[in-house]
Order: sequence, then C-alpha cells, then structure tokens
Amino acid sequence: MSAPREAVIAVRGLGTRFGPQIVHQGLDLDLWRGEVLGVVGGSGSGKSVLLRTITGLNRPFAGSVRVFGTEVVGAPPEALAELETRWGVMFQDGALFSALTVRENVEVPLRAIAGLPDAIRRDLADLKIAMVGLPLEAGDKYPSELSGGMRKRAGLARALARDPELLFLDEPTAGLDPIGAAAFDRLLVDLSGALGLTVFLVTHDLDTLIATASRVAVLAEGRVLVEGTMEAMRTVDHPWVREYFQGPRARAAQASHEGRG
Amino acid sequence: MGEGFAITRGDDALLHLAGAFTLARIAEIDAELAAATAAMQKGAPSEAAPAPRGIDGSGVAVLDTAGAWAVLRALGRAGLGLEAARGFSPEQTRLLRTVADAMPRPVPAAPARSRLAETLERLGRAAEEIARLLRDLTAYLGLFVLRLGAAVARPRRLPVTALVHHCQQVGLNAVPIVVLMAFLIGVVLAFQGATQLRRFGADVFVVDLIAISVLRELGVLLTAIIVAGRTASAFTAQLGAMKMREEIDAMRTLAIDPAEALILPRVLALVITLPVLTLLANVAGLAGGALMAWIDLGISPAMFRTRLLETSVDHVTVGMLKAPVFAVVIGLIGCHAGMQVQGSTDSLGRLTSASVVRAIFAVILIDALFSIFYSEVGL
Repeated sequence: MSAPREAVIAVRGLGTRFGPQIVHQGLDLDLWRGEVLGVVGGSGSGKSVLLRTITGLNRPFAGSVRVFGTEVVGAPPEALAELETRWGVMFQDGALFSALTVRENVEVPLRAIAGLPDAIRRDLADLKIAMVGLPLEAGDKYPSELSGGMRKRAGLARALARDPELLFLDEPTAGLDPIGAAAFDRLLVDLSGALGLTVFLVTHDLDTLIATASRVAVLAEGRVLVEGTMEAMRTVDHPWVREYFQGPRARAAQASHEGRG
Repeated sequence: MGEGFAITRGDDALLHLAGAFTLARIAEIDAELAAATAAMQKGAPSEAAPAPRGIDGSGVAVLDTAGAWAVLRALGRAGLGLEAARGFSPEQTRLLRTVADAMPRPVPAAPARSRLAETLERLGRAAEEIARLLRDLTAYLGLFVLRLGAAVARPRRLPVTALVHHCQQVGLNAVPIVVLMAFLIGVVLAFQGATQLRRFGADVFVVDLIAISVLRELGVLLTAIIVAGRTASAFTAQLGAMKMREEIDAMRTLAIDPAEALILPRVLALVITLPVLTLLANVAGLAGGALMAWIDLGISPAMFRTRLLETSVDHVTVGMLKAPVFAVVIGLIGCHAGMQVQGSTDSLGRLTSASVVRAIFAVILIDALFSIFYSEVGL
C-alpha cells in the first residue's frame, strides 16, 4: 500500500461499560477508506456495543472516536446529524419501521433532503429496493409480511438510501439459511465495489468473513486483540483466535470458498 | 455538499456533464437533463448529419446512485442505451451498470375505480369484519364453556395458581379505583337528586333514587366499564405479546392447550371477581349517597337505612345478575383480540385499543338488552 490511507474511522483508547461491567478498555481501531473490515469476537465481547458507540448511540467513559475526522464522543447534535447523512446503519433484523411499507421505510432517510419531489423520492426508493435484489412488489409490503432474509435486504436498502460513504452492518447474515447468506455476501461485495463503500461489518459468520472482509479485527479482553487479513489470522497464537479461525467450521468454510473460487 | 453541476450541449450533439451529480440536488439535475434531452431530440432531425447522440461524463467529479439514475433516465428518454454514456471513469461506469441493472421497470398502473365502488367495498369489508368477529367470539364462548366443563369434571386440571394470580390482578388490584369511583357516583347522585327533589318537597325519596340507580344500573355498569378498560386491554397485551414471541405456538407443540392454560383462568378470574367488585361498588355508592344526603338534606344515616330497607331487594338481584355476564364478555373479547395479534407491534397496539372499545361497547349493549329483558319479565 503506497497511497496514503485515509482513516474513515479512528478509535483511540476507547472505554465503555454498563454499570460495573467494563466492555471495552483501551480499544484502538482504524477503518481505512474502501475496505471491508470484519469485526469478530465471542458472544459478549462487545462487537455490537462498539458499533453502537461509533455511531453515537452509546456514550463511552473514555477515549475518542473520530469518523471522517469528526469527534463523535460528546459531539453536538448538529455535528452528529451531519455525520449521519454520510453513513448508513443496518441493524440485526433490519430494524424496519413496522408501521411503514418497505418503500416508505427506504424513503424515510430521503425525506430529510429538501426539495426532493415525491415522484423522484419514490423512484429512488424503488431503485434501492431493486439494487438489494428485492422484487418490486416487495415495496408495497409491510415488514411483518417479509421473510427474515428479505427484511435484512430491506434494511440494507434503507441504510443505502442516501448513498452513504460508510456502511455499518450488524450481523447481516445471522438467521439466514446458507443460500440466503451466500447471496447476501455476494450482494455486499457487488454493492461495496460499485458504490465505493467502506464497510464496518460485525459478524459471527466465517463464510461472510471469507467472502467479503478485506481485513479482520478480533475483539477480546475488551480491546482489539489482533487485526489483519484472514491468512494472517491463521498464524495468530491465541486460544480463542486459534479455535475460531482454525476450528472445524473455519476449515470447512475455507474449503468451500476455495472450491467455489 | 455544495458542489455545483453543469450540463452543456456541445457541437458534437453530446451532452457534456461536469461537476457533482449527487442526491443533494437531484431534482434540479433531473429537470435540467430532461430539458436538455428534449432539446436534443427536437434539434437533431433538422441537422443534416445524423450526429452520434449521447452523454459525455468526462467532467463528472462525483457520481452517486441518484446521479446515475438521473443520467440513465435521460438516456432512456432520448431512446438511448447505456452504451451512449461515455467518458465516465471506470468506477462511474461500473456504478452506471449496477444502477442500470436495477432500474425499476415501469409497471402498468392498476385500473382506476370509481369512488362509489370503493366505498361499497369498504362497507362490505367492514360488515364482513363484524360478522367474523361475532362468529369468532361465539366460538370462543363455546371453547370457554367446553374447557370449563372439562375443568369441573376433573378439578385437578384447573390451573389454580394462574387463577389465583389473575384474581389478584383483575380483582384485588382493581378494588381501590372501583370503590372510589362508586363512592363519588353516590355523592353526585345524592347531590343532583337532592336539588331536584327538594323543589317538590320530596327530599326523602333521594334514598330511593340512590338505591335504585346504584343497585340496578350504575354500580355494575360502571364497574364493568372500568374493568373493561383495565382488564380487556391487559389480556390483549399479555396474550398478544405471547403470540408475537411464538410462545403460544410453543405451547401447542408441547401439547398444552392455550385455551385451557391461558383463556380459562383469565375469564374465570373475571367471573369470580367482577360480582365481588360490583358488591363493593354498590356498598361504596350507597355510602357516598348516604353521606351526601346527611350533609345536604339532613337525612340521618339511620333514616337512610330505614328507607333503604323498604326498597325492594330485587334491585340488588337485578344488578348482580348482570355481573357474571359482563365478566364473560369482557374476558372473551380481551383474550380473542390478544390471539388475533400478528407479527408486528403495530397490530398489538391496534388490537389492544380495539379490545377496550369492543368490551365497553359490548357491556353497554348487553346492559340495554338486560333492561328490555327485565321489563318484559316484570322485574
């Protein structure tokens, strides 16, 4: 890498806790423009908390979080609102508004744009719905009428509605069948390439990591234990990392990926 | 972001785009592109040479999906394909191709229907809805009676713990509000009745007024309305939340009958506690009336008692007989609405409020039917 890398997210010395329980302590993490960073870790290692802290939903007790060079911790609401137009977040089950149809859900972020006529907003929402691979009829349905996989796609469409530079994904393939999960992985690779996205991906899914992540960060013991490429992870000498990246499931995922590729 | 954009028509019959083509100004971009392509189409035939037409994007600094959408729309309007877009950077071309693949195909609009037809359809659906609700509630009544019969035949199957729990929830915890409400109603009745009756010198009949209206109607009716508001909504919310979390499906797979485990104890608890609450409301209403009669008319509690004992005991019977009927109706409406909840939180909220409205309406309707019945049989 010779070109100067631009840090989209720079986390330094982050500390978070819930009551007496410390989740992160002294956590450092960088996300460079254009990469897909897979964040992994055991249950309760604070992956989702990290995502929520970076997006300003959770306030840390120590450290700094800079996104696009703007400090998120203690940022005034206007600064946070400005940042929110530049990132999109997809929550675990899509977190769609249940009282709105899928199209109306995707239109919600577009409503913040002044002077956007209804017809264009509708067309752009339809475009995003089609881009995430949902049939056009899905736009008129309510979230409760969709399957889990379709809800996740709709959540992605809403996250992408304003063409963010940075995309946060929380367990995008959890609860999907292998075919649906693989299709989602492909969609993610296609879209992040075509739209030039930088992706912060929280996942458990080894197949997703292998298929999409350009770099992996392992959360354990309240900090980023190791980071690097998938290959580098296999040489790390730490019991959890070894178990995770060299266990039977990891070997199966790797084998199937090589078989496909 | 504040970058501008420019659309110019070159001599080569190409539209030259420059600047930022992004979501922020997409309405202007789309309008200007539409105007430019229209002009291009109009201008083309007059020129002698059939010039290659298309869009040149070499000056485009920023392009997002909205911008790509506008460019593709302009091409579509001019009857051109993706190949007529040139000069875009490789990344922008890739984006254009991705968006082109996803461009929504125009769908034929549904044929417009007359307003009358729509009104009639809505009316018909509403009527069907009511018919279905009545049928469902009848089915629930049957189910309740069936499970009650089974429980009576084999008392060990009766879920006693749940029954006691619900008796506390719907009965004991409702005592303060019911008693306070009935007491105040008694006070108001005595006060209003006294001012009217005093004009005829018939002050002492205020006792009859209070006794008959509280014992026959108000005690049971207002108690039932409060319980409908408190309990029908609680039943719907409890069962609805269980339905949403698939707990009820889980019960079925474990061979637990939801009607026996959930509906029977709730409705039975109401049947047991609503008459008790009504009795308390009657006592509180009479006490309130007696207090006000004493203060305002000087009718002593002893005199109040004497007059009270002279009124027919039928009034108490008439009032109390309604209580178990109201209880069954409120319980069944609440439980039925809970079981109708679908996956979304939206339907939970809608059905919770619907169950309260239905329960209160049903209570008042049945009270009216009771009045007709009692007057026919001469009670």
